[in-house]
Amino acid sequence: MSTYLVKRLTYMIIILFAASLLIFCLYAFTPGDFISGNLKLSPERKEELRQIYGLNKPVLERYAIWMKNAFHGNFGYSLAQQKPVLQLFNEYIWNSFLLAIVSTFFTWLISVIIGVIAAYKQYSLFDSLIMVIIFAAMSIPSFFIGLLLIKGFAVDLKWLPPGGMTTTGSNATGLAYVKEVIQHMALPVMVMTLLSLGSLTRYFRSNMIDVIKQDYIRTARAKGLKERKVLFTHALRNALLPAITLVGFELPGLFGGSLIIEKIFNWPGIGQLYMSSFSSRDYPLLMGFTMFIAILTVIGTLLSDLLYKLADPRVKL
Amino acid sequence: MASHLLDIEHLSTYFYTEEGTVKAVDDVSLQVRKGETVCIVGESGCGKSITAMSVMGLIQGPSGKVVSGKIDLEGTDLLKLNRNERRVIRGKEIGMIFQEPMSSLNPVLTIGQQIMEPLIEHLRMSKKEARKRAIELIEQVGISRAEQIANSYPHELSGGMLQRIMIAIAISCEPKLLIADEPTTALDVTIQAQILDILRNFREETGMSILLITHDLGVVAEMADYVIVMYSGKVVEEGEVTELFANPRHPYTQGLLKAKPILNQRQDELYSIPGQVPNPLDLTESCYFHDRCEHCLEICKVQAPELQELGTEQKVACWLYEKEATARV
Repeated sequence: MSTYLVKRLTYMIIILFAASLLIFCLYAFTPGDFISGNLKLSPERKEELRQIYGLNKPVLERYAIWMKNAFHGNFGYSLAQQKPVLQLFNEYIWNSFLLAIVSTFFTWLISVIIGVIAAYKQYSLFDSLIMVIIFAAMSIPSFFIGLLLIKGFAVDLKWLPPGGMTTTGSNATGLAYVKEVIQHMALPVMVMTLLSLGSLTRYFRSNMIDVIKQDYIRTARAKGLKERKVLFTHALRNALLPAITLVGFELPGLFGGSLIIEKIFNWPGIGQLYMSSFSSRDYPLLMGFTMFIAILTVIGTLLSDLLYKLADPRVKL
Repeated sequence: MASHLLDIEHLSTYFYTEEGTVKAVDDVSLQVRKGETVCIVGESGCGKSITAMSVMGLIQGPSGKVVSGKIDLEGTDLLKLNRNERRVIRGKEIGMIFQEPMSSLNPVLTIGQQIMEPLIEHLRMSKKEARKRAIELIEQVGISRAEQIANSYPHELSGGMLQRIMIAIAISCEPKLLIADEPTTALDVTIQAQILDILRNFREETGMSILLITHDLGVVAEMADYVIVMYSGKVVEEGEVTELFANPRHPYTQGLLKAKPILNQRQDELYSIPGQVPNPLDLTESCYFHDRCEHCLEICKVQAPELQELGTEQKVACWLYEKEATARV
């Protein structure tokens, strides 16, 4: 087990090193930079600024500087926002994380329940109906559902606020603040849940259908166990095992933000920041964020492997 | 008869598939007395397992259905019970073991947990009592280091051990009837003998009855008191084991016995019954065995023979004995 961990951690470092090189090169070799896009600057001033930011140095040297700073926990300074990259992450990522964690929770909860019932009653009216609804939800683009919900719940019914994270001009604190954020969260979370519900439900349904046909389910029934116990103790645990792989993939998604949803609901998340950094070619922030996602992806896969070890006695590490 | 533990009468179980209706079990009657071992023999697909699953109430709808008949367990017609009453009988009054021990146990639960479940469910034992009993049961089926085995997972045990565990689960609530569906088919021969020994010992100790499903005539000879031969969903012959082996009447039974290898007797080629089992989808009114039968008569092709009693405890469904049977009446 410990030799396995050492081995995995070594691989992780190598992978991250390769990823950093790739990420750096990608941005370094893309034509144009933060300075060239600014038409107001004279060529002399541009040259001067390049000198100041070190953009005229050879690529490898710039990479070495970036890496050296990164090892010291310094991912640079956002050119557009004039703030340290990590400080910006800290300001925006948690907002995105809040949306993602809540919608992921609901997505998993609902899709496990619906998936199990649909599998148990395969080809029944319930099953067919659910599958149709799910396909419909999967096929509609997120901006459309988003706008539809804003029209319905915010504009027509006036139940929920149409966007933002808090009411404009509000300075609520404590519980009042929490309540306000929850109200603002409701719609984006609803859209995110609706969109990811489909694939996950279908995944759990098909896993469950496979498991229900197994011999050990027949044995559990032959023992005279209650159907609820057969389904949830014997079948569900086995049906959930392959989903552990997905848990690893979810990790970067939790912090990655959602571009479209954040834009539509005017949510101050990292997705919006990332998008605006693209248009201003704010490379330090873009590189820092891409690297951050790479680190989370690698950690996610390790985490899911360790979870397998916990959940499945047949897995040996 | 009062001494019958299990009395199945005119049981029919059909499967409704897209290609048509499969009469997997077609008007089957059989009885199991207290303390008796009854073997059902027949080829794959003859309906022997489906008969067992019908008794257990494990036929999975909506495609499969017990369409008619009576399954009497000590005077209670199981088919008239509701789902929950049926469930309570499973595992408590009737235990069952299956063909594939390797896949019959849940891979993510420990052996101990899986033996404890029916004890907690049916006998209302506490977890502690159930665990104690589970360890005793593991010892009873001849596995040492019971404590350690109880904490291990199915993949850590061999097939023979897993089948013993399956037996331990099946007998945990001291059922009156044990259904064993090809319990030794997936195991090698030395292990087979041990498993059969365990079953026999339990029958003697507890007086339970065994309904043993097999296609292995060696197992039948070793275990059975009474034998039922099935073919294409119907009973074609039944009788006391010694009588049936000494004096098989139905051409199919004769063929089966002829096809059995005999120890120390080298044959160039083992006898096999010519032809194939008929497709269960296109069975017509006839003796289902007629196209493979050496003694096929004209009537065999158009009408199915009824099961007739032939003297002492032997019944056969074959036109060859029709005159004999009626002459006796």
